[in-house]
Amino acid sequence: MREITLSQAVNEALAEEMRRDETVFIIGEDVAEAGTPFKVLSGLVEEFGTGRVVDTPISEPGFMGLAVGAAMTGSRPVVDLMFGDFIFLIMDQLCNQAAKTHYMSGGKLSVPLVLRTNMGATRRSAAQHSQSLHALVAHIPGLKVAMPSSAYEAKGLMKTAIRDNNPVVIFEDKLMYQDKAPVPEEEFLIPFGEANIKRAGTDITLIGTSSMVQVCEKAAEILAAEGVSAEVIDPRTIVPLDEAALLASARKTSRVIVVDEGHQSFGVTAEIASRINEKAFYHLDAPVLRMGALDVPIPFSPALEDITVPTPEGVAEKARLLVRGEMIDAA
Amino acid sequence: MAKKKTNSEDYLRMYRQMVRIRTFEDNANQLYLSAKMPGLTHMYSGEEAVAVGICEALETRDKITSTHRGHGHCVAKGAEFKEMFCELLGKEEGYCRGKGGSMHIADQSNGNLGANAIVGGSMGIATGAAFTSKLLRKDDVAVCFFGDGATAQGLMYEVMNMAALWKLPVIYACENNGYSEYTKTEEIAAGSITARAEAFGIEAHQVDGQDVLAVNALTTDLVARARKGEGPFFMELMTYRYHGHHVGDINREYYRSKEEEKDWKDNRDPIIRFRGYLVSEGLATDEDLDALNAEIEADAEAAVKYALDAKYPDVSEVDMHVFADIKHALA
Ligand SMILES: Cc1ncc(C[n+]2csc(CCOP(=O)(O)OP(=O)(O)O)c2C)c(N)n1
Ligand SMILES: [Mg+2]
Repeated sequence: MREITLSQAVNEALAEEMRRDETVFIIGEDVAEAGTPFKVLSGLVEEFGTGRVVDTPISEPGFMGLAVGAAMTGSRPVVDLMFGDFIFLIMDQLCNQAAKTHYMSGGKLSVPLVLRTNMGATRRSAAQHSQSLHALVAHIPGLKVAMPSSAYEAKGLMKTAIRDNNPVVIFEDKLMYQDKAPVPEEEFLIPFGEANIKRAGTDITLIGTSSMVQVCEKAAEILAAEGVSAEVIDPRTIVPLDEAALLASARKTSRVIVVDEGHQSFGVTAEIASRINEKAFYHLDAPVLRMGALDVPIPFSPALEDITVPTPEGVAEKARLLVRGEMIDAA
Repeated sequence: MAKKKTNSEDYLRMYRQMVRIRTFEDNANQLYLSAKMPGLTHMYSGEEAVAVGICEALETRDKITSTHRGHGHCVAKGAEFKEMFCELLGKEEGYCRGKGGSMHIADQSNGNLGANAIVGGSMGIATGAAFTSKLLRKDDVAVCFFGDGATAQGLMYEVMNMAALWKLPVIYACENNGYSEYTKTEEIAAGSITARAEAFGIEAHQVDGQDVLAVNALTTDLVARARKGEGPFFMELMTYRYHGHHVGDINREYYRSKEEEKDWKDNRDPIIRFRGYLVSEGLATDEDLDALNAEIEADAEAAVKYALDAKYPDVSEVDMHVFADIKHALA
């Protein structure tokens, strides 16, 4: 199968959906001729024109609000938010307006909108351009949250998101834009709420999101060399969450580590860990562990930044302790 | 009174709609005072000529966004008493199945995209509705209602900038009732409100919001021009709310005097003024208008009774309409 980058995958998904449906448009800063600072959208304005690939002033709440209204009236906007960190600027429009409109109107109004943004540290971008803020969004009922872990997921989830009748937020890892993966030429969609078992195993389950799926896969390789069989699962969307798949794996292996790049406290790892505790407790041989980004603002210095995010070695080390029955500081 | 239209049916409908709003509010106030209505609500009484003058210049397909003081907009855009009272009382047959209440009432079938409990929160939505109109080559117009207090929100300037850059068919309608909550407009608004729109190259008008014909004549002209791509436009409508900020704001002499309230009610009431005009021009007799008032009062009474007796939504509805495609979000 051909291999393309995550960036090309997103671009293809958007182009295909824009060809299919004339109500789809892209709006954000420097999305047209510039194709965004990450060049993900290059070429789209040439095909679809500035009426559908719309460059905005630097007004995040403004264009997010505009997109909500456009979505309520028959358009399907794809909002481009240049950095995930800027989500704080649009919180009212995203969480008070987009997320609640369908509910507050008793189902009469809908907001079929996609918010594309990014996440991920270790790009030496410091505290305001490195955050992974998907847990904030996942906390709000009414928003769906997709976290592609490779080019394949990036394409399939984007196409599903654009066709979804709800507001969907997609967090792309900005360090993965140039990563290649096999992506079929033929059209495909990836349904929301279906986890993907990336690697089967029997001794421990490693649940990872976005780039942490790769971290978990590498950890699984390290562990395999030591005779430990790790299962790696990618939920692909955290809202909706394929709880059944995660629980089934937990029941099978009896040990689980949840790895996610958001800050560890009050985050996605905590949510998944506690669901497993509540629903698979009697199948567990060890406490479910969380591994997130350190609870500090992301520092600039490479010497400091690199220790803020989970690594394959770090995950493997914790996995060893769990498998050996050494409870670390947990139990 | 400003005179433009000559069609007496149009005039009588405007009168009727203003009286319907006043009557609706009197009944809503009674429901609150007699503790039959959950929560609280903001009365539109005194401002009827604004909503009616504007909405009578619109077609059903045109969109409006409304505010926390939104019953007037809802009635003026074509809503029925029964579904409105049901919504205010949290009943299943309300416009939003009781999920929105007074501050979120929406009537999508008549183009009302909803009231909003975030001051200024709907400015993006109205602008986005106008964006859809342009994107999909329709000629619908969107009207954004907001108060003088909302002019202090940054979102307004972000979206006016974009609307002006892209010539969107949106009309920003600032209902300047002299107060935001318990604070006079002159204490919160520096300079001129219309000049703010003019700074973006937006044609702005100040109009007597107690004169329904003046409001209607101006809006009719602006709507026709917006349909031809000459928008956006801005209107500042000088008006007054008769009640407190909300129904519970009874003792308010610390921020505005009884004399001031009496002056507006006795000398500038939009319904009394228009009624005088209709009678003096021979378009209706006092008897005709008394009969009309009585009919509206009877309608309201029947609707209130219906709503009081109506069913609450079944508890199983609590997790419905969280997502457009998932029947029960918590199932
Ligand atoms: C963002 C936000 N801040 C504060 C409030 C509380 N609040 C509700 S109505 C209101 C006053 C609004 O004044 P104005 O826009 O002039 O509308 P009016 O009530 O006069 O119709 C305030 C401060 C709110 N709902 N939303
Ligand atoms: Mg006001």
